[in-house]
Parts: sequence; C-alpha cells; structure tokens
Amino acid sequence: MRLEIEDVSIRYGTTRAVDGVSLSAAGGEVLALLGPNGSGKSSLLRAVAGLQAHGGRIRREGAGEVGFLPQDNGARAALTVLETVLLGRMRALGLRVPQAEVARAMAALERLGIQGLAGRMLAELSGGQRQMVFLAQLLAAEPAALLLDEPTSALDLRNQFELLALLRDLARRQGLLVVVAIHDLNAAARFADRIAVLQAGRLITAGAPASVLTPALLADVYGLRAEVVTGSAGHPFVMPLEALPRAVSARG
Amino acid sequence: MTCPVAAPGRPERMHAAVAPEWTRLAARRRVVLAAGLALLALCLVLDVATGPAMLSPSAVAASLLGLAPDPMVDAIVWSIRLPVALMALLVGAALGLTGAVMQTILNNPMASSYTLGVSAGAGFGAALVIVFGAALPLAEAQAVPIAAFVFAAIACAGVWALGGIRGATPEPLVLAGIALMFLFQALLALLQFMASPEALQQIVFWLFGSLQRATWPKLGIVAGVLAATVPLLMRDAWGLTALRLGDDRAAALGVKVRGLRLRGFLFVSVATGVAVAFVGTIGFVGLVAPHLARMLLGEDQRVLLPGAALAGAVLLSAASVASKTVSPGALFPIGIVTALVGVPFFAWLILASRRAHW
Repeated sequence: MRLEIEDVSIRYGTTRAVDGVSLSAAGGEVLALLGPNGSGKSSLLRAVAGLQAHGGRIRREGAGEVGFLPQDNGARAALTVLETVLLGRMRALGLRVPQAEVARAMAALERLGIQGLAGRMLAELSGGQRQMVFLAQLLAAEPAALLLDEPTSALDLRNQFELLALLRDLARRQGLLVVVAIHDLNAAARFADRIAVLQAGRLITAGAPASVLTPALLADVYGLRAEVVTGSAGHPFVMPLEALPRAVSARG
Repeated sequence: MTCPVAAPGRPERMHAAVAPEWTRLAARRRVVLAAGLALLALCLVLDVATGPAMLSPSAVAASLLGLAPDPMVDAIVWSIRLPVALMALLVGAALGLTGAVMQTILNNPMASSYTLGVSAGAGFGAALVIVFGAALPLAEAQAVPIAAFVFAAIACAGVWALGGIRGATPEPLVLAGIALMFLFQALLALLQFMASPEALQQIVFWLFGSLQRATWPKLGIVAGVLAATVPLLMRDAWGLTALRLGDDRAAALGVKVRGLRLRGFLFVSVATGVAVAFVGTIGFVGLVAPHLARMLLGEDQRVLLPGAALAGAVLLSAASVASKTVSPGALFPIGIVTALVGVPFFAWLILASRRAHW
C-alpha cells in the first residue's frame, strides 16, 4: 500500500492541530512520527485512519485494510482477551464463529507471545498487556497498513523492543506500511526507516534518522540541548543534556 | 489420477483443536442460558398458577402442555392468566434488551429507557390522552397506548437531536436524556396538577404499570414488533461489541459508529414504546437485567442481548408472581414491586460484587 498525504490540515474550533502537512510513505517501510505533545501526531494518524475530518487530500493506493491502534483508553468491556482479538476479524464473522477464525485470533496472540492471556478478562490486564492485546486484534485483521499511536507508552523495555522489532519485520517481510507516532527518539532512530518531525501542526523535516536527528533540531523542536552520537549498530543515539530556557526554544 | 489438494468445504479441519479458552467460554454460556430458560419456564408456570383461585403448578403445566384437559383450569389458564404471564415475559425481554442496547451505545452503566426519559415521555403521552382524550375521535383504550408509543419515540428523537448537537457521542446523549427525563416529568406533574381527581387516579395507576391490561391481540402486537426488530438488532451484534472498546477502536474496526448508534436508538424507541404502551412504565428491569446478563455471560453481544432479554423476562415474571403474593387477594402494582425488590437485589448483586464487570 502507498500513502499520499497532501496539504492536510485539521482544525479543532479555532485551533489548528495540523497545518498543511504533506508526506508520503510506501509499503515495506516504517515511518516514525515525532514531535512534542500537542504537535499534531495523533490528529494526523486519526485523519489517515479515516476517523478525523480534515482539509487537503489523503490518498491510499493499493488493496487492503488499514489498521489503527489508538492511544490506550483503558477499555472496560467485560470481554475476554480472545473475544477482544476476535473482534479484529469481525468483518468476516456472522452470529456463528467458525473455528478457523478462532484459530486466526489465537495465532495473532501467539505471534506476540501472549497466548497465555487468551482466557483472561480485558479489565484484569495491566496497561501494557492490554496494549499488546489490541495489537493482536490489529494483526488478526491482516491489514496492509498499520497506524499506531504511541504503541509502546505502557510497555516495559523488553516488550517495547520486541514490539518495534515485530513492526519492522512486518514491514520488511510482508511489505506492510507502518506509521507509528512515538515519543522515544532513540527507539524511533533504531527501528524506523524514516522519521517525520512535527511541531505545532507543521511538518518540520522528514528523512532518514541520521539526517533528521541533529542537535540543532532537538534544540529547535524540543527545546533541549542534546548530544547525538552514533551507536554501535550505526543508528543515531540522542542524549539530552539540559532543557533550554523556554523563551529561546519557542518558535514563531 | 488423485488430486493431492485437500477437499474443500471444511477449512476448520485443517486447524488444530479450537482453543480450550473458547470451548470453556461457550460451554459456560450454554449452561447459563439453559439455567435461565429453566428459570423462565418455572416463573411462567408459577405466574399462571398464582391468583385469586390458586392452581397447582402441575395442573398449570398439564394445561399448558395440553395433557389433561380440565375446562375450568383451561379457561383460567388460557383466557385470563396466560396473556398476562406472557406479557410479563415479552415486556421484561423488551426492557432487558433496550437497557442492554442503551448501556452499550451510550457507554454508560446507568442508561435505560427509564433513566433517560423515554419512559417519562411515554408516561406524559398517556397522561395527555387521559386528561384531554375526550376531544379525540379514538376510544381512550386505544388512544392511550398509541400516545405512549408516539411520545416514547418523540423522547428518543429529542435525545438524539439534543445530543446530536455535539456529535451524538455518549456524554451529550446521556446529558440530553437526563434533561428530557426532567422535562417530561415536569410536564407530567403539570398535567397531574391540572387533572380532575378521576383522571389523576387513572394517570397514577397507569404510571405504576400493570400487566392486567394484557390481551391476546396486544400480546400479538408486542410479539410482532419484537420479531420484526430483534433480528435487525442481532445483525449489529459484533458492531455493538466493538463499540464497548470505544468509538475510535470500533471505527478503526470498520464500524460506522454514528449509524450504529442511530439504529440502536431506533430499536430502543420502538421496543420501549410498544412495551410501555400496553403495561405502563415499569422501572428497574431495564437497568438491572443487562447488568445481570453481563455478569454471567460477558459482553459478546451475540450472547449478551439474548441474555439480557432472558434476564428481563425472568425478573418481570418473578415480580408478577410477587405482586400477587405480597398481599393475597390484592394486586400490588408491579412497577412498585420491581423497584422494591429490585433495589436491594441490585445493591447486593452489582455493588457488592468483588469482580468489576463494568
């Protein structure tokens, strides 16, 4: 699947959350959306998922569904994990559930290594476990593109690593298009093919991690003095040193 | 030459045994639903047996099954008590279903036709006819149910229109429902204030709710409306389940959330309207039955909806038996019984439960 975002703007009342963003991405790549809180990452993802009215054009070329993982909202439904994942297959389900669909849902859980949770109630899970379950739901739908809004925010370090590695594998091996909004710059640098940086709704820059993550950008966008070194695997590694005074870092 | 490809038609055979979690869940649900149906049959027999002339449950069962014809028993059972007992089941089922749908589409455990103004609207419609009905070309016995049905629909439309100003999401709809409940109750109070003593008595009696107005033709109307609408509702079962994960997740799964909510509202309007029209306002069943079903069956709406209908039917049928046995000889208004018995039950069952189910 190929995604073309052309001059997209989103307004909430008089506030411009997204302001004339143009961006494209293709199947097989992981695109990370970075930016401070309120920079428009979630709004842009929601627009691409078709959940948010917007100006400009968003074109999806190629077949397949787009899966969207919203930020965790602590769903309280009295559903088991297996039922929750099965909802990912709801387009294919009638009142009777074929055994093959149950098997598909179980396979999605196994892929994330959480098949042991299948019989548990959703409400009993930790935030991180719930996040993994919703990711399994997304995978069960077998989408052509994945849009994920801060999927690692509730996960421990190992699960963060495994989840991002899985996303990169899905892109590389199955040609999925993966767009992920994320706060962890180093995780983005490690796993994304390209990084797009938003600030106050505008696209500041987009490109390969090593070319985007520079001390100047970090000072400009995040208001941080930071050192950027090259890690052993060749990825840039950001080390924040100090917060710059607000007045200096404020734009426009 | 033999074909090496597996025979088509049974793809599930190719998979390993179904997850034991799924099998256990399905088995548990079958047991709960079977127990509910047995309880329903028991309540029905007891409801028919109870009355000024007490019948033995075995005589009732024999008459219902056509085993031992006894003209006197048959007359009491088939002409007098069965329509009332079946009306309790149908109205209870309708209230249970509407409560479950409202709680789901409004994402609110307090939602029901009663708490969000639909019943109050119906009550106002009924009172309007009782007070001013003399001017109508219809007999009051027909005009009151029609007005109750129409005003239930008006209340639903009002909730949708008011709540829709802010995008028909759960919070504005709930607030609109509460506002309309107060509005219709105030209008009802105004009518009661203006009414003659006879009309006032009639209004109060209607508002208490009574199954005694049931007849076979009325029963047929309620059954017909449910038979026409419930299959449509069941087609949305997966969408309703998805909605419990939040609007965004449901939309991302392909659910057209606004349309689903509107269809849910239409069902609530029609089912509440037809239930309330013939028996008056009965509170609490619509609130408690879905919670009971959710605790026992979970929230897969393919099972929750029939479960809520079953729970509502059992609760109202049991309340009907209680209303006839509280003070023998006299008929206690059923709307009072459901609340008096229902509130402690609700508190014990839901609020004292250690396992959160909402």
